[in-house]
Amino acid sequence: MATVTVEKMTKRFGDVVAVRDLDLHVEDREFMVFLGPSGCGKTTTLRSIAGLEKPEAGTIRIGDRVVNNLSPAVRDIAMVFQFYALYPHKTAFENIAFPLQARNVPKDEIRRRVIEVARVLHIEHLLERRPRQLSGGEQQRVALGRAMVRRPQVFLMDEPLTNLDAKLRAEMRAELKRLQKDLNATTIYVTHDQVEAMSMGDRIAVMKLGQIEQVGTPDEVYNHPSTLFVAGFVGSPAMNFLPAEYVDGANPTLHVGGGAFSLDVRPEWAQAIRQKATGNTFTFGIRSEDIALYTEPGPDRIPSEVYVMEPLGDVNLFDLKVGEHIIKAKTLPNFRLRIGDSVWMKLDPDKLHLFDMQTERAIL
Amino acid sequence: MYDSTTTRVVRGVLIGIGIAAALIFFLFPIYWIVLASFKTKLEVSSPTPLHLFQFTPNLDNYAVVLGLKKQGPMAAGSPGDFMGRLVNSIIIAGASTFLSVLFGTLTAYAMARFRIPGKSDILFYILSSRMLPPVVIIIPIFIMFTALGLAQSYVGLTIMYTVINIPFVVWMMKGFFDEIPHEYEDAAMLDGYPRVQAFFKVTLPNAWPGIAATAVFCVIVAWNEYVFAFILNSKAAVSTVPTFIAANFQGTAGINWGPIAAMATLFVLPVFIFTFLVRNHLLRGVTFGAVRR
Repeated sequence: MATVTVEKMTKRFGDVVAVRDLDLHVEDREFMVFLGPSGCGKTTTLRSIAGLEKPEAGTIRIGDRVVNNLSPAVRDIAMVFQFYALYPHKTAFENIAFPLQARNVPKDEIRRRVIEVARVLHIEHLLERRPRQLSGGEQQRVALGRAMVRRPQVFLMDEPLTNLDAKLRAEMRAELKRLQKDLNATTIYVTHDQVEAMSMGDRIAVMKLGQIEQVGTPDEVYNHPSTLFVAGFVGSPAMNFLPAEYVDGANPTLHVGGGAFSLDVRPEWAQAIRQKATGNTFTFGIRSEDIALYTEPGPDRIPSEVYVMEPLGDVNLFDLKVGEHIIKAKTLPNFRLRIGDSVWMKLDPDKLHLFDMQTERAIL
Repeated sequence: MYDSTTTRVVRGVLIGIGIAAALIFFLFPIYWIVLASFKTKLEVSSPTPLHLFQFTPNLDNYAVVLGLKKQGPMAAGSPGDFMGRLVNSIIIAGASTFLSVLFGTLTAYAMARFRIPGKSDILFYILSSRMLPPVVIIIPIFIMFTALGLAQSYVGLTIMYTVINIPFVVWMMKGFFDEIPHEYEDAAMLDGYPRVQAFFKVTLPNAWPGIAATAVFCVIVAWNEYVFAFILNSKAAVSTVPTFIAANFQGTAGINWGPIAAMATLFVLPVFIFTFLVRNHLLRGVTFGAVRR
């Protein structure tokens, strides 16, 4: 097993810069997730680590070895593709055996190892079938088997669960995570699905426009997003954003949502704002679960009106109208209101987020 | 209310009639020529339509064509030279098909997989070489080939047909390679194979249907070509079947219907056999885009 280090990597396709000046370190045995929307450079980064793309600048290290000029064949990495890329003219057995044949492993040994891997993945009964005779989930397992069978230093996975149906995806998520821990394998996993990223990753690198916005544990990325983009991309429903204006003085105040409501600013917030802010306009953010709803007015409660209620079974999701803005709030399923009802919101003061309007960087 | 079973039966019958009509239309000439090859001269040219079906089959025409039976002298050698010409056709069409598929496929692979500056211009240039009618270039080519000693040779006409077919192969095979996901090769390279091996072990086996379909078309082009064969390989020893048949069309006593029909039948056979052998590939090749990945 090995670490993976990327330093100052840039990759262009013609005039388009796919990855810009990227720095990243993946620890040995770590499950690292690249998360971002399509076109953010996450797959390009992965393919550069694999050696399938040649970056224009920067260094890529696997372990202590600089691999920039090594072909994919000798980097000792395995990759699982979004469309599995199982060889259609080979059986499942032959697909899994293929990487071992490249290394001239003796036949008996190949058979032994393929069957061992098939047992782990519960696909022993499918080994004689060809890919087109397998379901999506089965193809997925064969693809995993092909990656696992030669015990590579690093696993790369490019959206491997995207083509599975929702139920199977949820199952495979847990299974993959467990498998990664059992194999003790350094893994880099690319996805655009923040649920996969949150549930599987030891750490998440959130990417946007060819650059990393934030690297951190799922907890850090979720609770302490360092940019507006990360705050909006991670979490479902997305974080509520409202424009806000800061007024300094003896009683510093934050006017949110064009005067929809105001918040008293704690001294430590005021200090952070004075130190980090480039102006006095901000984007104010709060997650739907950090809003408590009341049917009665009270101190620090903000009046609003029910616009829509979506009962999701385990929670109820409210769209609340505050001034000209809509704020989403989550409640327990027994909290029920009708459209047009008045309701009062209380924001958890420890869970507020504030982003500089200019730089989009987090202040709080 | 419609009776769906009846509707289906009616539709089936109509489709059957349509297919039958198409088959009769397309296959009748072949039927006629094969039948004519077993007829006497009198039977072929008889004005009575009944003779189309009522005659005594005989192999005289084949005997003449295969040189087993003498007939009056003809323009470019006797019809008995046919087998020699057929061998020439097989050699030239076979070699040119092999070469054009080989070079064309490799070119197409590069065009499909690599970032090449000015790729679309190169592809257009390759295609543009097919845009001139042969008569426009035949004179300069004849002069060049004569100077290089390539006229009146297997090599010359093979080169000519290879060059004619390469643009077609490049465009066809590029389409097929575009259809084969590059992830197969990516996977093979990560599995530990250099690109060349990845190509041979993974891409090529999946490209066979395309190669088979393309090869059939190349064979047909080289097999039927007349103009270049007529100008470049006019000598009997190196001439191909199309020019030979044309040269023997007019005999001393009118048109040689019988021997010509026999020659045409024998001429169709190799292509028929070749197409038959690759038919499974061909079917997948022709319907390639429709096959679910």
